[in-house]
Amino acid sequence: MSETFADLIACEDVLMFVNAAITSTGQREFQYFAGDQRLSLEFLHEYMLENYRELYATALALDVNDHNAVIVIRNLLVRAGDVDVARRRSEGRLIARRLELLPQHRVYRLFRDLRRRGVNNRRTRAILRDWLAGRRDPAFDAVKYRGALKAAVRHAHLALDGEMRTFLFAPHSVKAFRTPIFEQWRRAHYEKAAVYELPFTVAEGFAARHGIPREVFLERIEPRMTRLERLRLRESARKAQVEAVGAHADLEGMPLTRLASYALSLAPADRAARRAELTGALHAAARRVAGPDAGRWGKVTAVLDDSYSSSGSGQKRRRPLAVALAASHLLAVLASEYRAMWTSGRTDDLLVRPSGPTPLGERILDALATGPDRIVIVSDGHDNAPPGLAADVLRIWRTRLDPGHSVAITHLNPVYDADDFDVRRLAPTVPTAGIRDAEDLPALVELARFAEGRVGLADLRAHLDVQVARFLEVPA
Amino acid sequence: MTPFRLDGLRTAPAQLWGSVRLVPLVRDEPVPRLRLHRRVYGEPPAAVRVGDGTAYTAFIPHAFVATWDGDGDAAPAASYGTRLLEREARPAPPRMPVRPLRRMARKAGRDRLRFLPLHLAVEGYLALHFGGPEIAWEEWSRRAVAHGLSPRCEEAYLGLEVRGLEDALRIFEIHPGQCGVLVYVADALASAFVTPHADDYRALHPTLVEDMFGEQIYRYGVMGLPAGEVSAPLGEAGIRSLADLRAAAARRRAEWAAFHDEVMAGRLFDPAGTHRPVQHLRGFRLSRFLPSFAPGRENHIGETITDADGRVAYLKSFRLSEGQIRRGYLLTRLAAHGWRLSATAAALGIDEAALALRLERSGFGYLLRQDVLDHYRSVSRRDRPRDSPR
Repeated sequence: MSETFADLIACEDVLMFVNAAITSTGQREFQYFAGDQRLSLEFLHEYMLENYRELYATALALDVNDHNAVIVIRNLLVRAGDVDVARRRSEGRLIARRLELLPQHRVYRLFRDLRRRGVNNRRTRAILRDWLAGRRDPAFDAVKYRGALKAAVRHAHLALDGEMRTFLFAPHSVKAFRTPIFEQWRRAHYEKAAVYELPFTVAEGFAARHGIPREVFLERIEPRMTRLERLRLRESARKAQVEAVGAHADLEGMPLTRLASYALSLAPADRAARRAELTGALHAAARRVAGPDAGRWGKVTAVLDDSYSSSGSGQKRRRPLAVALAASHLLAVLASEYRAMWTSGRTDDLLVRPSGPTPLGERILDALATGPDRIVIVSDGHDNAPPGLAADVLRIWRTRLDPGHSVAITHLNPVYDADDFDVRRLAPTVPTAGIRDAEDLPALVELARFAEGRVGLADLRAHLDVQVARFLEVPA
Repeated sequence: MTPFRLDGLRTAPAQLWGSVRLVPLVRDEPVPRLRLHRRVYGEPPAAVRVGDGTAYTAFIPHAFVATWDGDGDAAPAASYGTRLLEREARPAPPRMPVRPLRRMARKAGRDRLRFLPLHLAVEGYLALHFGGPEIAWEEWSRRAVAHGLSPRCEEAYLGLEVRGLEDALRIFEIHPGQCGVLVYVADALASAFVTPHADDYRALHPTLVEDMFGEQIYRYGVMGLPAGEVSAPLGEAGIRSLADLRAAAARRRAEWAAFHDEVMAGRLFDPAGTHRPVQHLRGFRLSRFLPSFAPGRENHIGETITDADGRVAYLKSFRLSEGQIRRGYLLTRLAAHGWRLSATAAALGIDEAALALRLERSGFGYLLRQDVLDHYRSVSRRDRPRDSPR
C-alpha cells in the first residue's frame, strides 16, 4: 500500500472538482439559486488552482462543461506567472485546443472578461491572436460578433489588414466594401432585401429596425439559420404559421441530450402524435453515440428520476429529466437487454413529466429484482420517499447480498449540490459521477470507478494523462 | 378525537429541508361532493372538475380575499372564518371588507389566491373562536392596518418570514393523491392542513407561505438548526434476500407513520379541548376546535369540515404561541363566566380592576367600553397609593 493519506485526499478533491465542473453551469438549479452555485463553484476553482494546478489544467481535456472550461482558462491566464515556462507551454497547448472546441460566443466572452480584469500578458495576447488566426471565415465572424471582436482586437493590440480594420473601426468611412458580407451588412442598414443575406442573429436586429413582420422575416431568413437556431425556433415559428422552419429542422443530426430536451418541451399530446419521428430521432442519435459499443453492456436496468425536482429551473428547464430520457435511449442501445424504471412508475418514456416524489429506494429494489449485470441510476440524489432508503438498500445489498460485486451499480447525477461542493451521493459504496450530457455516459461510468476509492491517485493520473494525450492529438 | 388520526388519510414519508419537515398526507380517494369554492381557483373562475360531475358543496378557507359580486361595491373582502357554500351561491359568505390592502392585492398575481395579512387573520381567528363580535374585529383590523399593531399584542408571522419554509415548500415534491400536509419547524408542529381533493391541495399548496405561524415557530426558524432524520437506518441482521429487504423497507415505512401519528402529531387535537359545530350543509359539518389552553404545552386552534361519516374533509390548524395561549386562557375564563368581569375576577382570585387591566395589556382593550376601562384605570390608580406604606 504505497498510497498516502494525502494521495487519497488529492484523488477525492480532483473527482469532486471534475464532478462539479461537469454538472454546474452557474445557473439556477431546482434546489439552489444561481448565486449559491456561482459562489460555490468559484471557491472550488480557487481551491484547485492553488493546490493542484497541474490536475486543474488537465480538467480541460475532460468533459467539463463550457462554463467551467472558460473559468479554468481564465484562471490559468490570470495566474500565468506562478509557474515555469515548461508548464506554461503545456497549459498553453491545452488552452488552445479547448478554445477551438468552445462555441465562439463563449470565447469572446472570455476575452471580454480578461479585458475587464486587466489581464494582458504576452501569453494571453498570443493565445488570442492564434485563436483568431485559426478561424475559418473571419469576415463572417466579424459580422456576427462585431462588438466582441472589436473589443478583443483592441485589447490584444492586433494589427488588422485592409477591410476588416475599416469594417470594425470606421464602417461609415467607405462608400462600398469589396468583401461581400461586409457590403451586405452595410446595405442592410437601408435595404430590406440585404437583411436576408446576413447571419440570423444579426438579421434579427436589422429586421426589428426595418419593422419587418416576424412571420415574413422567419420565412425568408430560414435558409440562413443554423441547425440549432432552427430547432430553437421551430415551435415559435409554427405558432407564427411559418412552415419553412419546421420543415427544414431535421431532428436526425441533433445531439442526443438536446433532442431529449426538445421532445420534453412539447406538450404530451404533440409528443404522442409525433411518436415515431421523435423516437426514431432519439434512437438514431443514441446509436451514433454508442458506436461500436452498441449491445456490449449486457443486461442493464436503469433507475431514472422523473420526480418534480427533475423539472430543473427556469434557466435549466427540465434538464435533469432530459438527461435521464437521453440516458435511457443510450442505455437501450448499449445494452443487450434493457429495462427502465422511472421513479413515478411510468412505463412510456416519451410521455414522462416531472412530478411527484422520489421513491428511489423502492425503484432500486425493483431494479435489483430484474437480475441485471449493471444498474445505472440517473437522479439528483434527493431520495425522499422515504428518505435514505436508497442508501440503506445499496449498503445492505453490497454488504449482505452481493459482496462479490456481481452487479455493477453507478449513480450519475445531473445536479451540482452547492452546499457540498459536489454532486449528491446516494451511498458510499456506490460510485457517483456528475453528468451534463448523456453523450458522456460511457466515459463517466468509467470515471466513476475512481470514486469508489478502489483505484488510487497513480491510476487516476495515468487515466488523466491518457485523456490529455487523446485530447491533444486530434487535429483541429 | 384523542390521538391524531384522520380516517382515509395515510401519512407518507416526510421531506426535509433545513429545519423544516413537511409531512404529506395522502388520500386514496377524494372526499366526494366537497370542493374548494371555484372562486379560489382564480379569475375568471375556472371550471372545477369534479369526479362524478354532480352537484357539490363548496368551501372557502378563512381569510381568503376575493371580490364578491352582488355586493354593491366591488371592494375585496376577506372571508371571515371558513364557510360552506352552495356551489353557485349568490350571497357571499360572511366577510370583512379589507380596503387598505390594495398594495397586497396588486402584488399578488392575477390568478393567485390572496390571503389576508396574517396578524389580522389570527386576531380574526381568536375573535371568531370565542364568538366575539364581528364589528370589533373589523374595527380592530382597520386600526391595525392604519396604525400598525400595538406592541403589546402577539404577532403572527407570515410563512415567508419563517426561515427556510419558502424554500421547503418550493422544492417540496407533492405526492400523487396528496390532500394535506403537516408543517414542522425544528420538529415543532406548526400547522396542519387537509383538503378534500388533491387538486384543491395543489391549488392551495403555494399559499402556505402566506399562511400564519406563531412567534415560537418563527424563532425556531431563525435558529435554523437542521432537523435530523428520525427513523433509524435499516438493520442488516436477518436480511438474506431481496424480499427480506423489501419487507424491512415496508416495515420502516409503517413504523414512521405510526411514530409520526402518535408522537409528532399527537398533540394536535387536545382531549380536554372544546369542539363547536358552526354550520351544517348537505351532510357536511363545519366546526371549530379549541385547545384547553394549558400553558407550556402545544395548543392548536383550527377548523374542520367533516362529512356524514365523520371523516375529516378539511382541516386547518394554527399553533398558538405562549402569549396567545395566555390570552386564550383569559378569554375562556371570561366565556365560562358569561363574560361577567366580576365573576371571572373572583374565579381567578383577583379584583375586577386588575382583570380589566390584564385584558387591556393582552391587547383586548377594545372589548371594553372606553369609559368602563377608564373607570377601572382610576380605581387601580387610587388603590395603589393606599397599598403602599408611607
